[in-house]
Amino acid sequence: MISFIETCRVSFRAIVSNKMRSGLAMLGIVIGVGAVIAMLALGAGATLQIKSVMSSMGSNLLTIRPGTVTSGGIRMGAGSTPSLTLSDATAIKEECPSIEEVLAQYSGVAQVVYGNQNWSTQISGVTEGVFVVNDWQLKLGRPFTEQDIRSAAKVAILGTTVAQELFGYSDPVGETIRIKNIPFQVIGVLEPKGESSWGRDQDDVVMVPVTTAQKRLFGMPRPDMVSSITVKVKSEDLIDRAQEEVTLLLRQRHKISNPQDDDFTVRNMQQAMEAAQESMKVMSLLLGSIASVSLLVGGIGIMNVMLVSVTERTREIGIRMAVGATSKDIMLQFLAESGMLSMTGGAVGVFLGALLSYVLSQAFNWQTVVLPGSVALSFGFSALVGIVFGLYPAYKASLLNPIDALRYE
Amino acid sequence: MALIEVKDVRKVYRMDGVEFEALKGVSFFIEKGEFVIIMGPSGSGKSTLMHILGALDVPTSGSYLLDSREITDMTRDELARVRNAKIGFIFQGFNLLPRMNAMENVELPMLYAGLPKAERKRKAGEALELVGLLDWADHRPNQLSGGQQQRVAIARALVNDAPLLLADEPTGSLDSKTGAQVMEMLVSLNEKRGITVVLVTHDSNIASYGKRVIGVLDGLISSDGSKEKVESWVDVE
Repeated sequence: MISFIETCRVSFRAIVSNKMRSGLAMLGIVIGVGAVIAMLALGAGATLQIKSVMSSMGSNLLTIRPGTVTSGGIRMGAGSTPSLTLSDATAIKEECPSIEEVLAQYSGVAQVVYGNQNWSTQISGVTEGVFVVNDWQLKLGRPFTEQDIRSAAKVAILGTTVAQELFGYSDPVGETIRIKNIPFQVIGVLEPKGESSWGRDQDDVVMVPVTTAQKRLFGMPRPDMVSSITVKVKSEDLIDRAQEEVTLLLRQRHKISNPQDDDFTVRNMQQAMEAAQESMKVMSLLLGSIASVSLLVGGIGIMNVMLVSVTERTREIGIRMAVGATSKDIMLQFLAESGMLSMTGGAVGVFLGALLSYVLSQAFNWQTVVLPGSVALSFGFSALVGIVFGLYPAYKASLLNPIDALRYE
Repeated sequence: MALIEVKDVRKVYRMDGVEFEALKGVSFFIEKGEFVIIMGPSGSGKSTLMHILGALDVPTSGSYLLDSREITDMTRDELARVRNAKIGFIFQGFNLLPRMNAMENVELPMLYAGLPKAERKRKAGEALELVGLLDWADHRPNQLSGGQQQRVAIARALVNDAPLLLADEPTGSLDSKTGAQVMEMLVSLNEKRGITVVLVTHDSNIASYGKRVIGVLDGLISSDGSKEKVESWVDVE
């Protein structure tokens, strides 16, 4: 038996001795693997981009909204029942261990007036947790204190858009603005956040204590109600547990025994993110499988070259058989040859694919990520293609009759 | 103990439904150390006989013992191993691999015997030295003369220490002078190293080198014995 290394050496020499043809045979694989790598890199980049957008929105957040209510068989829309209260929020904060911070909100739209300037904007009644949960930073002034919330203090923090509209470039902190004719002292200005992913100006906002919004600004169908509660979970892994804790606590507080009667809904960003990632995955799989068709075509190219090579080297095969090569030896020699061709093509393709995805990311500002997994996948696939498509020519070579092969001119 | 025992060997080819009997029952023994010429005109069945003796083909019926092993019912791979270990081939067209140098060509049988590289190099060097071509070891076949190529082929045939050297018209592609040199080399290998040589030819001049000549005609042994006997047969032809 000839050793495997010797077989590879024999095959390698055959490849090197016909560089032009070997190069052309490899070309198909090079293009195929390159395309697969580039496509998967694009897909992975897009997935990563979605992930980063999502996590900038807070992937470890749970949003609790009032649910639907059914009265006399008529189901009202979401939020139709004023079921969430500020005390629910306080209870969640105190009783759910997986939770880091809670934000309860009660908001409305009102005209804000300062001197001869006025501006219609979103008035967000918030708890002090807003800075942690929604990741707001203060540019000027101080945040709300627990005392502000408890006493429904007439204090406000302005978003930069509002600050600019009302105060221009002067410092609003300490000034008094009027909302619904009630004077509010400006205690701070928020750092700008820019547009949200839906295109809304997040800085076009005035924050007031939630209690102030409830009691002084906007009427309530039910005392103490809030329009939503947002919960920041300690870590992403705890999302599911936190969701469980919050749901159970609220059911208990709202005296609900049947989950179908829930008067609230708990949503997490992660679910939305997973859905988006799932669709990206399908997309990149689609791109990848289209690209892998070219890999298949490359395999056919290799088969072609190998068939020609076997015919051309019939006499060589005969000589090798005469001096003692078994069918298996011959088969392995040609398999190693096609395997080496496709693997070399695969390696070059990986390099070119990585290069292409780099060029794409530079030229079009697309995010691309060449994942080790996709490199391994496409390289492995190219090796497989070489072996599968080399099988028939190798088999054909191994079946040659030594006498006929020796006579072949 | 005979090296080759051929008993009632028949070979039938079937082509397009027509049967053709190339060998019609051939029997002979060849002892170790003999120098035997198998001679016959083209179409006589001598090539078929050589293929069977060389374990390149198996007979349709009959028995062929090479070195006491029955070849007739062997598989392709078993035949390959027998060729590798027991038989050294010398062909009319040299049959060297064109992309390899002399040394690598001589190494080829040892490659399939699975010998380690160092031993291959050593034995291939010895074999090339024996045929006087050690200085040409790194030359490719197309850089060698016909006679040199045939000597490389002889080195390749010797290198696995096969007991049987099977030559098929070894001088057919050479001019008479180099042909004679090659024949002398074969004779000396037979005499000095005791290698059994079986040589197939249609050339009666070559037949004169053999101590024993087996004549083949129409698929049968027509004569077997000293060369004088055969020369008379050639005259009849």
